[in-house]
Amino acid sequence: MTDTILPLSQLPKGASGTVKYLTAQGQVRRHLLDLGLVAGSRIESIRRSPTGDPTAFNIRGAIIALRNEDADQIFITLDKTMEGKNECHR
Amino acid sequence: MGTLNSTLSSLLSSINQEISAKEQQKIRDSIVSSIYSCAEEISRKAAHHKIDRRFELDQKIDNIITSRMFGIPIMLALLGVILWLTIAGANYPSQLLANSLFWFEGQLTGFFVMVNAPDWLHGVLVLGMYRGLAWVVSVMLPPMAIFFPLFTLLEDLGYLPRVAFILDRYFKKACAHGKQALTMCMGFGCNAAGVISCRIIESPRERLIAVLTNVFVPCNGRFPTLISLSMIFIGGLGAAAYSTAVATAVVVLLILLGVGITLLISWLLSKTVLRGEPSFFTLELPPYRKPQLGRILIRSLLDRTIFVLMRAIVVAAPAGAITWILANTYIGDLSIIAHLAGWLDPFAFLLGLDGIILLAFILGLPANEIVLPIMIMSYLSAGAMLELDSLTALRTLLIDNGWTWLTALSTMLFSLLHFPCGTTLLTIYKETKSLKWTAFAALMPLGTAVIVTFAIAQLAFLLGLV
Amino acid sequence: MNVTDKSLCTAAAYEAFGLRLSKNQLVIALAGNPNTGKSTVFNALTGLKQHTGNWPGKTVLRAEGTFVHRNKKILLVDLPGTYSLLATSADEQVARDFLCLGRPHAVIVVADATCLERNLNLVLQVMEITPKVVVCVNLMDEAARRGIKVDTEVLSRELGVPCIPTVARDGKGLTELKDAVLDVARGVIVTSPRQVSYEPYVEQAAARIESRIRPYLPGWVNHRWVALRLLEGDMSIIKAIIDHLGNGSEQLLLQEGSAVWAR
Repeated sequence: MTDTILPLSQLPKGASGTVKYLTAQGQVRRHLLDLGLVAGSRIESIRRSPTGDPTAFNIRGAIIALRNEDADQIFITLDKTMEGKNECHR
Repeated sequence: MGTLNSTLSSLLSSINQEISAKEQQKIRDSIVSSIYSCAEEISRKAAHHKIDRRFELDQKIDNIITSRMFGIPIMLALLGVILWLTIAGANYPSQLLANSLFWFEGQLTGFFVMVNAPDWLHGVLVLGMYRGLAWVVSVMLPPMAIFFPLFTLLEDLGYLPRVAFILDRYFKKACAHGKQALTMCMGFGCNAAGVISCRIIESPRERLIAVLTNVFVPCNGRFPTLISLSMIFIGGLGAAAYSTAVATAVVVLLILLGVGITLLISWLLSKTVLRGEPSFFTLELPPYRKPQLGRILIRSLLDRTIFVLMRAIVVAAPAGAITWILANTYIGDLSIIAHLAGWLDPFAFLLGLDGIILLAFILGLPANEIVLPIMIMSYLSAGAMLELDSLTALRTLLIDNGWTWLTALSTMLFSLLHFPCGTTLLTIYKETKSLKWTAFAALMPLGTAVIVTFAIAQLAFLLGLV
Repeated sequence: MNVTDKSLCTAAAYEAFGLRLSKNQLVIALAGNPNTGKSTVFNALTGLKQHTGNWPGKTVLRAEGTFVHRNKKILLVDLPGTYSLLATSADEQVARDFLCLGRPHAVIVVADATCLERNLNLVLQVMEITPKVVVCVNLMDEAARRGIKVDTEVLSRELGVPCIPTVARDGKGLTELKDAVLDVARGVIVTSPRQVSYEPYVEQAAARIESRIRPYLPGWVNHRWVALRLLEGDMSIIKAIIDHLGNGSEQLLLQEGSAVWAR
């Protein structure tokens, strides 16, 4: 059974996932890679801004906020242990 | 420059062309992945994590501070508390300083009388220079010396990135860079410092927008003006016990207006003269750090005090002297100030102001904190000599000169929105290296101030509210 | 005249970066991620003897400061805080150009002990450009508070360069840092920086390119590093090298059948 791949922007709060690939190009891609979002890295969704955007993620121990349209360009697989427990809240 | 340099150049170009862009991206991804794998391996061996209590605490704090329910209210409340502490805390020191400085003025006058000094000399040096200095020190210094350390404390704690986190959506809608929230906050301390902080914004277009709009946030030099005026005219409307609270609320509202205008103008600029693509941005939320309270408060306090005193000596004293000269040199049967104010009156009335207020803003270009003193001295010279040792006396003076609640409001709005001070304009020139944009940085806010005060004044006149 | 001797090339290189050195002064670069307390380290080392300006031709801020340690005069150049040297933002270019072309005598990379993995990204990249690196593991108190223990001995062993734990805010570890930097700069400590091993196809392609460009690049440029940048398609560093070399300070001459660099 294949893992579901979803954009990072749909990762529920408190859940974590593993980076599969990036659809971002050019400078944006480089920046995301430099932050450590290489394939196979773990990322956890921490919280959303009270205004809805951006969302704070735990990337390798640092809390970094990404805007929704940028999180849309990062594709992840949900961590197995969480898969059954969380529903997808947007 | 040998031909072999160009051989190297063409060799490198041709190597570059041998690899397709797609291949290059694949290689780039691979390179970064490899570096991170190496980093992971090393850090697994060298760093060991136990349960991270501080991290959990930070998250708990952030969950409240940036929560849906409390995020924005907490932000506003913090702003209110800082302002309230500034207003309430500055009261006593201001009074103390005013009393001692004006007592000293009396001594000075006595000395001048004793040596039979000419009236005009006494006027320039004591009534002009010394008074200008005394005003800035007694009325402006205490609030500035309190606000700045408090703000630095907040900054040191690590709260500012949270503000950017909360406000980013609005800045995104205004097509401004996310970090502009941060540079805007820096402008609260000092607009010139705010302009320099805009260097954290990479793209020149978005950096320029941040620089141009930084002036809409009231800097330290403008706070005392806003606070004094709101205390006098609006605080006085309610019972004395609540006047501080009401004044605080008014200033908070003004600040919110300033933020709103920042967003609006940023949006306008990015749709008209500074069009372009929004750039990529991530915001790091660093852990909260326990600020070194003592060190900050004392360092900051000393720094600010020295800074204000220096400015007072370099800018306020000469400005006071010049104002006295202008107010006491007569051409015909009117002083120069009266002449100039007279010319400005018709235009000023349209904005709900009067000629002297406008003149004070113009003469106050070097530093914002001298605007109020210049205004007062101009009024004084036209009328009786008053001992200005309290806000009540100031109130009387202003009302005697035709001030209404509208005048106070227009003055506060004009102060909030008008052109940046001389230091800031110089800084803008140094950062942008463009005369054109520096001129724009002065004229655009002026235009905004004129439009807003005009609109409100005319509305008030129309509705017969004044 | 085959010029690979550093001292002969240095003066002109530094002039190009707007730096003026006194005799026998060492140039140390200070690099690190943003938010690592790098400016605290800078201030702690240089005190009031600092001066802020811009990098020539850019609107990127630069702070320089001086200090003396064990009778040696040192000029500390603060590089912009960057996450990496690979992306093409102005900050990263400035940092990279200076490390590669400015040839500081040593580099201090400030790393955040609470966030070691991400910081090692920059450390490893810097080590690819120059072997004379000292890692300053700062914010050790924050790390301790958060239950993170960093073993700097193990780290030094793994990285092959000295790693000094510091709490710059309280001034702890700074003497050891200065000692290490001086020793590395003078060659008293010889570092063997860990090389990142890339995927085989990347390594092979890089090796092929390296052999083609080797005759044309000066000895002090890290050829493998340039080859990797070419593979990635990063022309900006290439252009920077060419510009720097083309400003007359060094020229490529043909001497006895091979190209050599000379002043």
